[in-house]
Amino acid sequence: MNKTMDKLDNLEAQSVFILREAYREFKSLVMLWSIGKDSTVLLWLARKAFLGHVPFPLVHVDTSFKISEMIAYRDKLALQWKLNMIYGQNKATLDAKKTFPAGAIDRISCCKALKTEALRHTLAGDWPRYRLNHSTGKYELDTNTEPYTGVIVGVRADEEGSRSKERYFSPRDRNNDWDIGDQPPELWNQFKTDFAPGTHLRIHPLLDWTELNIWEYIDRENIPITSLYFDQGEGKRYRSLGCYPCTFPVESTAKNVKEIVAELRTGKFANIAERSGRAQDKEDGGGLETLRRDGYM
Amino acid sequence: MNKEIQRLSGRRNKMNMCEVQFEQMNVVIVGHVDHGKSTLIGRLLADTGSLPKGKLEEIKDRCLRNARPFEYAFLLDALKDEQSQGITIDTARSFFKSQKRDYIIIDAPGHIEFLKNMITGAARAEAALLVIDAAEGIRENSRRHGYMLSLLGIKNITVCVNKMDLVAYRQEIFDEIKTQYSKFLEEINLEANNFIPISAREGQNIISLSKQMSWYHGNSILQQLDSFRKSAPKDEQPFRMPVQDIYKFTAQGDDRRIVVGRVESGTISVGQEVIFFPSQKRSKIKSIESFNTTAKKETFAGQSTGVCLETQIYISPGELMCRAQEGNLPHINSKIRTNLFWLGKQPFVKEKIYKLKIATQQVPVVLSEIVNVMNAAELSKSAKAHIDRHEVAECVLETLKPVAFDNVNMIPETGRFVVVDNYEIAGGGIILSPVFDNQSSLKQHINKREFEWERSAITPENRAFKYQHKSALIVITGQIDTGKQRIAKALEEKLFNMGKFTYFLGISNRLSLSSSELKDKTLVKFEHIQQLGELSHILTDAGLILITSITDIDDSDLDTLRFLNNPNKTLVVNVGENRFSSEKIDLNLVENEESQLAVNKIVDLLVKSVVLDPEYFI
Repeated sequence: MNKTMDKLDNLEAQSVFILREAYREFKSLVMLWSIGKDSTVLLWLARKAFLGHVPFPLVHVDTSFKISEMIAYRDKLALQWKLNMIYGQNKATLDAKKTFPAGAIDRISCCKALKTEALRHTLAGDWPRYRLNHSTGKYELDTNTEPYTGVIVGVRADEEGSRSKERYFSPRDRNNDWDIGDQPPELWNQFKTDFAPGTHLRIHPLLDWTELNIWEYIDRENIPITSLYFDQGEGKRYRSLGCYPCTFPVESTAKNVKEIVAELRTGKFANIAERSGRAQDKEDGGGLETLRRDGYM
Repeated sequence: MNKEIQRLSGRRNKMNMCEVQFEQMNVVIVGHVDHGKSTLIGRLLADTGSLPKGKLEEIKDRCLRNARPFEYAFLLDALKDEQSQGITIDTARSFFKSQKRDYIIIDAPGHIEFLKNMITGAARAEAALLVIDAAEGIRENSRRHGYMLSLLGIKNITVCVNKMDLVAYRQEIFDEIKTQYSKFLEEINLEANNFIPISAREGQNIISLSKQMSWYHGNSILQQLDSFRKSAPKDEQPFRMPVQDIYKFTAQGDDRRIVVGRVESGTISVGQEVIFFPSQKRSKIKSIESFNTTAKKETFAGQSTGVCLETQIYISPGELMCRAQEGNLPHINSKIRTNLFWLGKQPFVKEKIYKLKIATQQVPVVLSEIVNVMNAAELSKSAKAHIDRHEVAECVLETLKPVAFDNVNMIPETGRFVVVDNYEIAGGGIILSPVFDNQSSLKQHINKREFEWERSAITPENRAFKYQHKSALIVITGQIDTGKQRIAKALEEKLFNMGKFTYFLGISNRLSLSSSELKDKTLVKFEHIQQLGELSHILTDAGLILITSITDIDDSDLDTLRFLNNPNKTLVVNVGENRFSSEKIDLNLVENEESQLAVNKIVDLLVKSVVLDPEYFI
């Protein structure tokens, strides 16, 4: 037997280690699943860590502007993998139609309302949460309104500047604020897993992965992934998935995972930011950083 | 320069096409504030063509608008905070490639306030570039960071003498710094792979050799990085797997009981015998569990894995799984000699209980002795009563429960620790060796207690004769819902009706007034055991047969209870599955044993242990 660990083996082992630390130390733990490639890899890693099980709920923030294929894909996997699936949304804003572009507000404000606010209240449990009933296949109002204080998120350090400063275990205060200047030390796989009551924690098992690693791993593990990432014959595909009014495809003829891996290896996108198709990042000097301080993932 | 980039990226692209995966290496850049760490990284990214398209122009443009001269360091300082303060406050990670491998460059802040960030960055690194300003020379953090690198166990170190342009690229300046710094490294048992004169701002000796410094014939930074060696594979070392958790997903219809963790060193195969430390329980590997892989017969260093055991033994997260048929088993001890650095806002003091984490073990710990405190700036040693923030010290720690560990030079992963104070990682260090002596803080406490205890003329024998029994503490333990409390109460009633002086102490886990919600759970548990032991000692001293029931404790907790109740008798009754070593238990009862039967057995035990001496019955 070959006793060497390749790059993906190492990344996987580290992510699994982090997930297991989180599960041991935190009782009210959830994982965010945006249905995109990163958080789907994260979900897969949870199945690796817990030997086929996912012992905590998965939370999806439904902006209602997600491409409909994403929702179908979410529910299919949730049923198949027996996931404890929960979604929440900002119903008031959606009902009032105060969204971009129709509602005369800018992208950042729309993001704040539909994602940041919706996430904050869904986690806190003070807005309705909907849980998938596996026997009917339908979502029902969840009677459990306990706040979730430990949140596992699939951010990667290589995505953009502010994410490169994250810790694996990153405490936030009650308002979800992130104090970038005063973060806990992490060394020798010892993380901040002790916390005062009321501390909210973000856990980032994918911090060391790159976009290419993600695709190589999807390929190696044969992880089912939404077809929106593939060219459907128009010479375009999504590189990063978001709400349809603010997400734009890139020029590409990659039709499957292997072709995406090959495309990324050529360095075709090496000099173009992965999130360049995400319009909210560009609204001001540090759009994403502003959003992240407020709790955006 | 441009040709060089094209050549580099051209070759890489070709290699990318044929090679599936590239080797990866984490490199940390350290050094005193303003000595040019971020500039060096900015240069490396720019000159290897690793920047996103337009990034360089974007930053240059932003500088122009703000009427600030462009600096390569700005490329990294992606956060608004940093640009306004002009210093790196955290360890930004950036990626670049050479012909040989992929690098993750960690930029560690040079400011003393951000030492914990520097450590966070450096602890992940396999190699380090230590930057010293040629014009300013060796400064406090040049030395402090050098010392930290040695503490963190980083073997590949190259010193970059930067800003050579400011000293007109003079060789004697470089040589002087090289001599001085080599001498310092020698004092702390460290050796640099190389010294390189560079100018990060001017791009000299970064990816190719400089024409300005024709006197220098060594490696450029990039060549040096590529010459760094990855650490040797650890699968040939003794086997160590710190237990992270024990999973049983029964509710999901899965009956496997899986011990999970990451193998830090060595190899283990199905069928081999394992010992868990510190409990010293033994079993054999029945299977190696994984998801979405082919069946595995062995697991080795680096893997996050899970195993099922042949026998059902009770171990807890934190224990160290080792191979029985292998030399070099870990130490089990309570005192350790260490080198540590302190980051806490409050100093590290004696007579306070902290939490120690070694791999996945978590135990209460006290600072027992400070051998010396190192002044990192000058590396002079001094005697001190406590360890202040940012200080490095050699000291002896005493854990209040035995821990399993290795000396750091034996297996680094199980020879390192962090100290947690008030929820924060406040310090960290390496274990040099166990300390064997007879002095424990518990012993000292009891000696002091006995010395100060003013006793009356009424002796224990007087009391025993009067009450017609000797005093004793009866601990009824076992898992939750095994009927412990019911049995304890029935026993109290029985003894009371027999005319004995007895009391059932029905507290579950909170004795003191301080709210345990505000404390670390490892420490709260320990505090509870301590308080229970002290209280028992008073009540048994008064001649009582004290009965208490307690759940979720281990061998060492029982030892502590017995020790604190000394010289009075302690008897331990386990109800249900026995998770203790057999010699710790005086009587075993089956789960939910009928009260009368259980009470009779315990009374029998009391008679046998001469608590209820038949003589006194007369």
